[in-house]
Parts: sequence; structure tokens; C-alpha cells
Amino acid sequence: MSPALTSAELWALFGQFFLLSFLAVGGAIATTPEMHRYLVTEHGWLTDAQFTASVAIAQAAPGPNVLFVAVMGWNVAGPLGALATMCGSLIPSTALSLWATRWGHRRRETRGVRAFTSGMAPLTIGLLLATGWVLAGPAVGHAGALLLVATTVIVMTRTRISPMWMVAAGASAGALGLA
Amino acid sequence: MPPPDQAPHRPQSLSDLFLTFNLMSLQGFGGVLAIVQRELVERKRWLTREQFVETLSVSQVLPGPNVVNMALMIGDRHFGLRGAFVALAGMLLVPLVIVLALAALYAEFASQPRVSGALRGMGAVAAGLVIATGLKLLPTLKANVLGLPLGLGLAALMFVAMAVLRWPLVWVLPGLGLLGVAIAWRRL
Repeated sequence: MSPALTSAELWALFGQFFLLSFLAVGGAIATTPEMHRYLVTEHGWLTDAQFTASVAIAQAAPGPNVLFVAVMGWNVAGPLGALATMCGSLIPSTALSLWATRWGHRRRETRGVRAFTSGMAPLTIGLLLATGWVLAGPAVGHAGALLLVATTVIVMTRTRISPMWMVAAGASAGALGLA
Repeated sequence: MPPPDQAPHRPQSLSDLFLTFNLMSLQGFGGVLAIVQRELVERKRWLTREQFVETLSVSQVLPGPNVVNMALMIGDRHFGLRGAFVALAGMLLVPLVIVLALAALYAEFASQPRVSGALRGMGAVAAGLVIATGLKLLPTLKANVLGLPLGLGLAALMFVAMAVLRWPLVWVLPGLGLLGVAIAWRRL
């Protein structure tokens, strides 16, 4: 399944994910169309099905969704591939985040930084609601799945129950064919 | 606008930081953000709701995964560079091993209807978790210098642009962001 990549190709893989990560505003998932073009269409390192499965596996597993990047690298070239794609994706955003948080924290009482945090807050919340809405898309038309979405919203806003119980309930309901 | 109030608690040590982020990450099926809000704001109280929105806002405009950026920022705030990397490792290491193991087993998993059903059910719950997180953060707009009506209006515009019109985030975020920041600047 994994064609052997030369070290030049591994560096190219690293470089591509490094560059793409600068475009990944709102998360790495936003750059999947570009990753697809590079890995599947241009180089043929992954099949279409392998590409889609990489995203699906990471979404089903615990942890940040960005791990789908590691699965893609793994499917292309094993452990070294995973290392190349993960490091490529994370180095730029890590450096920028650290720089930005320190810069902003030193100036948090200035008018500019306060205008930024106040002005962005409603958009951040709106984007969260939109993300939830888009994620709920596959549930439309399935009464059981819609009920799960609604129940989760109610339980999470009204109680202090751990989200783990809701995930377990969702998995059980789905396994029984109710979602 | 009230000054950013201090959160009542903080991580006790680097290992506390690592374990907390590790456990949050392992609970995060279909996204970790909802878990981070639950744990760090409501349970451990390392962040106030306002600080959570602030940190998330900054993560959002930066490239890279939001929760990963947030982990770096929270770790850095408490323990400097070491804290940033410990929080990052907590968030990524164990889940990375799990996801690669799953990738290796995927072929067998995928064909079973019970497994795909369970994944669908978990996906629905993940959507509900994110929506609930957004709803719980809406009241923070009351303390915002924009005022509640304008804040809700901007949140609604963002929602419509992204969820209904499906416009690309790279245009919507700078566009609405400039608008929100400009209004906030004038009112400060």
C-alpha cells in the first residue's frame, strides 16, 4: 500500500504541507481540497478511497481533527511520511501562535488589542455555531441522528454531565441502527 | 468593557498540564473544542468564559488547528515555552498513536454496519457538542463593548455566511473581522 518514497520526495511532502499550513485558517481541514490535488491527482501517492478514509478515521478517533494529516502521511510512506506531514503542518502554526500570544498578551490593555478581541468575539461564536450546523448536516433526514444532536445540545447546556457519556450513547444508538 | 478578570485556578505543574490536555484530547471524538470549554472553563476553571472566547478568537485568525493553537497559548501563559510544548504533547502524542493504529485496522472496521452506525451516532453527538459550546458562549457578548444586539447580529452574519451560504472562511473572516474590529475600535 505504501510506495517507497525517496528522501527528496519526503522533503517535498514536508514542504507541501508546510506551505499549505499557512493557508489553514480555521483548521487544516480547510486545505483538504489542495491536499487531495497534491497527493491523489498530481502524485498518485494515495487513491481517492484512501484519501477519504484518512479523514474519516481521524474524525472517528479521539483527539484533534488535524491528526488526519498524520494518517495521510502514514498511508503515503509509513512512519516517516506521518512525521513529514505532521511536522510540516504544525511547525508554522506553532511558531506563529507562540509569537502572537506573547505579542498580544504584552499589549492586552491597548486599544488595538482590545478592539481586536471584542470585535472578533461574536464572529468566533458565530463560527462555532456554523461548524456545529455543518457537522450536523449528515443527520438531516435521519430522525434518530437529529434526535441525538438535539438531545446533546439540551444535555450539554442544561447539565454538567461529561460529554463522554453522550459520545458513548451516540455510539451505542448508532451501533443498534438507531442513528 | 470590564478588564479581563483573572481565572480562579491554574495548572499546578507541568505534569498536571500534560495530563489535563491528554485527557481532554482523549475525550474529544469529532473535535476537542467542546471538551476544552467544558473542562477548562466549567470544571478546572483555568480560564474564564471571556478568556476562552479571546484565546479562541486569536487561534481562529492564525493558521493551524484551533485547539492545538489554544493548547500552545495556554501552556505558554502558565509555564512559558516548556508549558507550550508540554500542552502540545499532551494533546497530540497518545491520540496520534491511537489514530495510526486505527488506520492500520481500518480495512476490517469499515465493512461492518455496526461500526459505521456507531460512527454516524458519534458524529451526530459531536455536532451537538459544538452547537452547545457556541450557545453557552453567547452570554459573554453581554459584556462586550459592541453591546448585545450588535454582537448577536455579527454572530448571526457569520453563521449565515458559513453555514447557509457556505462562503470560504478566508474571505468571510477578514471581511466580517474588519467590520467588528472597526466598530469596537470606535466604541472603545
